[in-house]
Amino acid sequence: MTFELNDDAEALRRVVRDFADSEVAPHAAAWDRDHTFPVDTVRAMGDLGLFGIPFPQEYGGGGGNLTLLCVAIEELARVDQSVAITLEAGVGLGANPIYRFGTDDQRERWLPDLVGGRTLAGFGLTEPDAGSDAGATRTKAHQTADGSWVINGEKAFITNSGTEMTSLVTVTAVTGSEPSGRPAISTIVVPSGTPGFEVGPSYRKMGWHASDTHPLVFTDCAVPAENLLGAEGRGFANFLSILDEGRVAIAAMAVGVIQGCLEECQRYANERIAFGRAIGANQAVAFAIADLAVAAHAARLVTYQAAALADAGKPYKAEAAIAKLYTTEAAVSATRTATQVFGGSGYMDETPVARHYRDAKVLEIGEGTSEVQRLVISRSLGLPVS
Amino acid sequence: MNIVVCAKQIPDPAEPGALDPQTKTLKRDGKLILDESDMYGVEMALQLAEAAGGGEVTLVSMAPDNKVDGLRSGLAMGAAKAVLVSDPALAGTDALGTAKVLAAAIGKVDGAQLVLTATESSDGYTGTVPEQIAAILGMPSITFAKSIEVRDGTVYVKRQTDAGYDEVECPLPCVVSVTAGVVEPRYPSFKGIMAAKSKPLDQLTLADTGVDAGSVGWGGGGQEIVGIEDAPAREAGEIFEDDGSGVDKIVAYLENLKIV
Ligand SMILES: Cc1cc2nc3c(=O)[nH]c(=O)nc-3n(C[C@H](O)[C@H](O)[C@H](O)COP(=O)(O)OP(=O)(O)OC[C@H]3O[C@@H](n4cnc5c(N)ncnc54)[C@H](O)[C@@H]3O)c2cc1C
Ligand SMILES: Cc1cc2nc3c(=O)[nH]c(=O)nc-3n(C[C@H](O)[C@H](O)[C@H](O)COP(=O)(O)OP(=O)(O)OC[C@H]3O[C@@H](n4cnc5c(N)ncnc54)[C@H](O)[C@@H]3O)c2cc1C
Repeated sequence: MTFELNDDAEALRRVVRDFADSEVAPHAAAWDRDHTFPVDTVRAMGDLGLFGIPFPQEYGGGGGNLTLLCVAIEELARVDQSVAITLEAGVGLGANPIYRFGTDDQRERWLPDLVGGRTLAGFGLTEPDAGSDAGATRTKAHQTADGSWVINGEKAFITNSGTEMTSLVTVTAVTGSEPSGRPAISTIVVPSGTPGFEVGPSYRKMGWHASDTHPLVFTDCAVPAENLLGAEGRGFANFLSILDEGRVAIAAMAVGVIQGCLEECQRYANERIAFGRAIGANQAVAFAIADLAVAAHAARLVTYQAAALADAGKPYKAEAAIAKLYTTEAAVSATRTATQVFGGSGYMDETPVARHYRDAKVLEIGEGTSEVQRLVISRSLGLPVS
Repeated sequence: MNIVVCAKQIPDPAEPGALDPQTKTLKRDGKLILDESDMYGVEMALQLAEAAGGGEVTLVSMAPDNKVDGLRSGLAMGAAKAVLVSDPALAGTDALGTAKVLAAAIGKVDGAQLVLTATESSDGYTGTVPEQIAAILGMPSITFAKSIEVRDGTVYVKRQTDAGYDEVECPLPCVVSVTAGVVEPRYPSFKGIMAAKSKPLDQLTLADTGVDAGSVGWGGGGQEIVGIEDAPAREAGEIFEDDGSGVDKIVAYLENLKIV
């Protein structure tokens, strides 16, 4: 078996790498320093068609697949995780739920702009008191006589929810209770600017400074009946069903991070002189970089194998969890190694590896923590974990 | 207006190049990409076709081993179709032979009124092919274009010079070579990449072009590369300590070289 990406993927990789090197990398340090969400660059990514990669052409998409999306995400993450997560979340959390669970009307209304990268959407699941345990959602919505949904509650850490391009946020809310007595959770689309929908100030994050993250507050926020996404009470189940794609996409980010660290270290270890020779002449340094190459290679294989399963329509839940777990932990290690190779300058904010080090940690947290991935994998092994 | 763009496919400059000790030429057996110099021509052609309210942009290339990846990049940017000439008999062809082959291929493109090339390629950079194509096709040639407009069958070119630029106009059809400043090439979009796969790509052999086999290939150029050597390392410069007479020493040195 050979395992290589096809010509489409390689052609896309070439273009996105060129774009990342020319349009993203030169500005990444400044965006990070100033906490700038780079609207023009994100729009340019829209013009490139990156937000439409996996969606059908009838909604303005590119008719590609998860593998191709992963290639684009990987190449962006190689130089800047913030821009990569903007794409990953824009597609996986923003457009995908509407594509998967929307009616024809809902798709026609919201998808073309999201898929074209002209607008962005967020997905609000996490709450101050419900993260890994998303079933503990406290946000509530009730229907009034005219059918409108009125939402009350809070969401935490929501990506892409407050940019000037953001057109809507899809939120999970308890809309009743199931016969078993458990809360019935639904998903509802809330357009930006709806009265009673307040986007709180940006968080002061440890990394991902150029990615947009806000707390959201809903106070008697009313949206029309037709904004209910998917069947009433199916919100949680629906959400679970699209998690796996997001996990593979986050793994692709991790691959890009490791690759970026590897390339930075290869260059630096040849240039930096200590004790009269390039630091790469020391086995301690060279071997650390060799290990980065191993991590990049292994991470790439688990990620694209999971993506290939998804694209072939085969089950890949455990593979997605394995990919996310392995690659994100490898990425965090890789950024620590790279920072060490760079010595003191690796600790300076403007150095790409320092930024990668701060940025990478959240890869082990978002879209399911490492512990949650281990839970999923354990269950796939038939272990009786709860 | 139908436009032909010469699109050279070259080994990726980002990867270390290698010379073939046998033929003493650049190895071209790996993946070939679209020469960045030609992306300007492709972009200019797309913009001119659009400004003219329509017309097709056709890419023409000569490359070994039926390589098409570089042409696909140009098609992904928006060119309508491509013609590739590839033939084992072309191995070793020099610049004039290349121009003969490209001119013959261009002649097969219906209604081509404007031929765009880069000023020079990034790998061979003899900078002679465009004028040779023009001569063979019997068309006027304008070089070093930093801007191009077409109105009523006439092309208006600002031609880069050391001092500034010349304004040149010329009736169509003609051959214009463009500089890197002419336009900013677009990034191919994802849809463009996907669409490129199904665009027409004609593959011609040497016989299809009608070019005499004796005028191309290793024999055709009438030249032989007898040896290749590394350029001699630059020698260290002379350092004058400035003990008060530094200026005099430098002037004396330059006088000695007959520079001042
Ligand atoms: C920058 C950023 C962007 C984000 N964007 C979004 C977004 O767009 N939309 C959204 O909905 N959310 C978003 N999140 C939230 C993210 O998905 C959650 O933070 C994550 O799922 C963890 O939830 P929590 O923070 O509540 O942690 P908790 O669930 O409180 O977990 C705390 C710790 O306990 C562990 N833990 C919890 N339960 C178990 C268990 N059963 N077994 C073992 N260990 C356990 C966890 O692994 C973790 O280590 C974002 C977060 C960040 C930091
Ligand atoms: C010894 C030797 C062996 C060679 N062997 C081969 C071989 O086996 N097969 C092969 O295909 N080539 C081969 N070449 C390359 C071929 O000869 C060159 O394409 C040709 O010499 C043009 O030279 P240049 O790159 O200096 O053109 P320049 O005059 O610098 O090019 C100017 C512009 O002309 C156009 N142009 C030039 N060449 C091409 C092209 N090939 N296709 C499309 N547009 C073009 C481009 O727009 C280019 O920017 C060989 C070259 C040498 C010197």
